[in-house]
Amino acid sequence: MLGLWIALGVIGLVLLYGILVFNRLVRHRNRVENAWSGIDVQLRRRYDLIPNLIESVRGYATHERELFEQVTQARTRAIEAASVPDQAQAETEITRSLGRLMAVAEAYPQLRANENFLALQEELTATESKIAFARQFYNDQVMRLNTLIEQFPSLIVARLGRFRQREFFEAEEDSRGVVAVDL
Amino acid sequence: MYEQISRNRWRSVFLIIGVLVLAAGIGYLFGYLFQAGPFGLVLALGIAAVGSWSSYMYGDKLVLRVSRARPASREEYPKLHNIVEGLCIAAGMPVPKIYVIPEQAPNAFATGRNPEHASIAVTEGLLQTLNRVELEGVIGHELSHVKNRDILVGTLTATLVGVVVLLAGWMRWGLFWGGGRGRDRGGGGGGNAIFLVLALVAMILAPLAAQLIRFAVSRRREYLADADGALLTRYPPGLAAALRKIAASSNTMRVANDATAHLWFSQPSRAVGEGHSRVERLFSTHPPIEERIKALEEM
Repeated sequence: MLGLWIALGVIGLVLLYGILVFNRLVRHRNRVENAWSGIDVQLRRRYDLIPNLIESVRGYATHERELFEQVTQARTRAIEAASVPDQAQAETEITRSLGRLMAVAEAYPQLRANENFLALQEELTATESKIAFARQFYNDQVMRLNTLIEQFPSLIVARLGRFRQREFFEAEEDSRGVVAVDL
Repeated sequence: MYEQISRNRWRSVFLIIGVLVLAAGIGYLFGYLFQAGPFGLVLALGIAAVGSWSSYMYGDKLVLRVSRARPASREEYPKLHNIVEGLCIAAGMPVPKIYVIPEQAPNAFATGRNPEHASIAVTEGLLQTLNRVELEGVIGHELSHVKNRDILVGTLTATLVGVVVLLAGWMRWGLFWGGGRGRDRGGGGGGNAIFLVLALVAMILAPLAAQLIRFAVSRRREYLADADGALLTRYPPGLAAALRKIAASSNTMRVANDATAHLWFSQPSRAVGEGHSRVERLFSTHPPIEERIKALEEM
């Protein structure tokens, strides 16, 4: 009789532990999802900034039409991208062409004195760094989830619950290209 | 991080208990002296309880007001807002309220009770002297204080214990000057006697209070916040450069005082070009800047 109670108690404890770990895994997975959408928020903010930026530069830098085209096209491709690798490639293109655009803008003194342009420049710098910070936060969250999935004994619950490890954002040249996370 | 949070919660609880016990002791003493019985005890406990509750709820507002901080609008300080927002994204925490202090010395502090109720204040001098990367370092340090609840202990300390320290300071001056005048007039009145008792009580309490401050705000937490802040920006040299610039600055702080000194990013000094003798280090709330820089360089 006593043995039965002990056995029941042990099973109960194991179940309780399993539930706790399962909930923790769910929480961490949701944090990863949330961090992922946090990156998207910042990327979208950059899409919104681009037309304004081009509009303010266009009046001064009339010879850079080709560059404007490049930025605009990359933006369109990123917004319309159907798959993550496509979008990643377009984002990289945006980062590169925007960098070139800002470098070119430096050559126009009137532009550097234009308050509207300066404000946009600050917003762009801030958004670029927010994108980087959002990725950093995403990586932190992925690391927590992956550790939990790899560690014993939580890995048993993770296997049973079919939790999968996520991929990190590689720090390579500020691009989203290396990511293969299924959304 | 989680250990620090729970440690800071316990510290806050002990701090409030300490203040309650202290108040009870004083109240009992007064009740005994003036034959008022338990009335003094109840009154003192009541005052201390209300004081604790209000410094938990409104301590941040008091600290901000004492430091003459005013809200920094997004329109006026876009860069500051962007930096704070960016680092909050990296830390995964809500964006605190942002304040600016009209003061030339480069410095900053954070206050509040938890990340949901937090404020961060920087001086005009900080915004003018530091570049973006250095500002990120300082803000990262302050956000770490917010995240690990150092702000709760710091704010409680400033409002509960700091008040005693400030009062004692004034009392000492009052005793010095008031006592002198009393002798000139030839004999003090009854009011003077009560004042004398109050002054004595405050002077006895002051070292106790100062001890409490040192207990509550160990200087180690500045190193921890430096490290956590650098982890947030992933760039320790930024914070190190900021510390170097702040050490080189000769501007003195007008709005800092003994009660809020421990809250600031770097120890506010009122004398120009002071060195760090051993005695100074013993009584300071911050580790010397050179040692903080060294720790960052070793990361």
